[in-house]
Amino acid sequence: MSGAAMQDLTAQVAYHLARRARWRGLEYVFWAAALASVFFLPAKHLILNEIAILALFALSLDLLIGYAGIISLGHAAYFGFGAYAAGLIAKHGLIGEPVLALLVTGLVVALLGFITSFLVLRGSDLTRIMITLGFSLILREVANRFAGLTGGADGLQGVTMAPLLGQFTFDIGGHVAYMYSLTVLFVMFLVARRIVYSPFGLSLRAVQGNALRAAAIGIGVNWRLVAIYTIAAAYAGIAGALLTQSTQFCSLDVFSFERSADLFVVLVLGGVGYLYGGLVGAVLFKITQDWLAGLTPQYWQFWVGLTLVIIVLVGTERLSGWLRAIRRLAFKGQG
Amino acid sequence: MSFALETIGVSMHFGGICASNNVSLQVQKGARHALIGPNGAGKTTLINLLTGVLRPSAGQILLEGRDITALAAHRRVGLGLVRTFQINQLFGELTPLETIGLAVSERMGAGGDWWRVAGSRGAVDRQIVEILERFHLVDVMQERTAILPYGKQRLLEIALAIACRPQVLLLDEPAAGVPEEERHEILATVAALPRDVTVLFIEHDMDLVFSFSDRISVLVNGALFTEGSPDEVSRDERVKAVYLGEDEVDD
Repeated sequence: MSGAAMQDLTAQVAYHLARRARWRGLEYVFWAAALASVFFLPAKHLILNEIAILALFALSLDLLIGYAGIISLGHAAYFGFGAYAAGLIAKHGLIGEPVLALLVTGLVVALLGFITSFLVLRGSDLTRIMITLGFSLILREVANRFAGLTGGADGLQGVTMAPLLGQFTFDIGGHVAYMYSLTVLFVMFLVARRIVYSPFGLSLRAVQGNALRAAAIGIGVNWRLVAIYTIAAAYAGIAGALLTQSTQFCSLDVFSFERSADLFVVLVLGGVGYLYGGLVGAVLFKITQDWLAGLTPQYWQFWVGLTLVIIVLVGTERLSGWLRAIRRLAFKGQG
Repeated sequence: MSFALETIGVSMHFGGICASNNVSLQVQKGARHALIGPNGAGKTTLINLLTGVLRPSAGQILLEGRDITALAAHRRVGLGLVRTFQINQLFGELTPLETIGLAVSERMGAGGDWWRVAGSRGAVDRQIVEILERFHLVDVMQERTAILPYGKQRLLEIALAIACRPQVLLLDEPAAGVPEEERHEILATVAALPRDVTVLFIEHDMDLVFSFSDRISVLVNGALFTEGSPDEVSRDERVKAVYLGEDEVDD
């Protein structure tokens, strides 16, 4: 083979390996719409803030389920821990500036995720579900018992946030909060995107696909899983911290089982393994919830339940199939 | 002198069943060493023990004189002990390009890079090209592995092991299920390995065994039955008896 042909093939290899990492047309549309919502939907900033936080939380679980095949039914443990950590940091004035406090919270929750990953990753799927669920219940009870520190069942009172970057005060309309949450979501999304399309991200997909073979080509399966679990925990913790920071309050419900379970609904709605599932799912979930709650305040959960049953019966495969079809249409001509 | 690969009294019990029974096997550096025996003799179990998929109930495993009995499977790969599987163990959702990319990245210490976009290291890409070329996988490098024809999957199975650049290569029936006319393509790639690479292989096709190996170990009921050069083994009446049926060994 000639040198030129070799070079040409090497370039092709590089091009195709990076193929998944390239930005698609619909992605620009998604983020443009998100940015537009800041300017054109000021009256909705409160619920949009909730959506952004839920989206980040769901993105975190998608990293686990969609890219590493780890099922967690207690992901609220890290969300809640982050929420309380950020609340306590603000309440006691340990770190004044919210963005810095957010970063520190992320690191603290990452540490918690790292330590607990060794427990979680031991077993099979069923064991993992039980351990994660149990862990979130334990943390909730711990927060309940240490009322002196956490406020117990009354929630953490007296959280007051310093102005963002020393400039922007959190307002009652949630405008600053939404711009803050959306920015954090976008940055965290970019990082997640970088991670899943890296060699490390590729190795996660290999581990998920066939752990036996992954080990047989030299991939340290356990360490890869520990790493992604730690990263996902940090993401969940940052989402929790955003909730506390933007509402200036934090209660035991951040640890609740419903919060973990809702996340599954979000991912069923949006799909897993392409990063946008949690984001799209969060938008659909919150809007549906809001709309149904307006229609039938008492029975909205009935309708959410019914919708879920229908989606599962119709088949999520088919739903994501439609999405694929739409995507293909949107990216036509992009190669 | 130390052997490329050596087991000392390795045993493996699954409950009451003894899948490996006090196996002491020595594989010389650069050997083409065949492991044969009737079905259920414990050949694949031995490969699983050597590669760390299973931990032996008793005994020691040495790689180049170094005790690796307690070493995790992926660490053994790092030391140059690589295997292929009897039944393809591939990543169905990935492309051959990505599959080979994984192995090459891992070997070059780039597999854990989380900030770099895949494909952005030229040295890795060039090695991927080299493997894809050598195994005639360039034209299908973009297909999903799950939909490749069986023969191509089998080639990828072997290519994936070679991409790890083994010092000791364990092949578990490399040509299993491959039609006669495609077999030589697979075997040619194995035969083309540098002489200093040690190969231990399981194979049922006796023509292949006798033409390719320079040493043969016969495993029966989990224990090492006999060992010798292809000539010695082919003349051994007891080995013939083992293949024909257990009863005749007594004579």
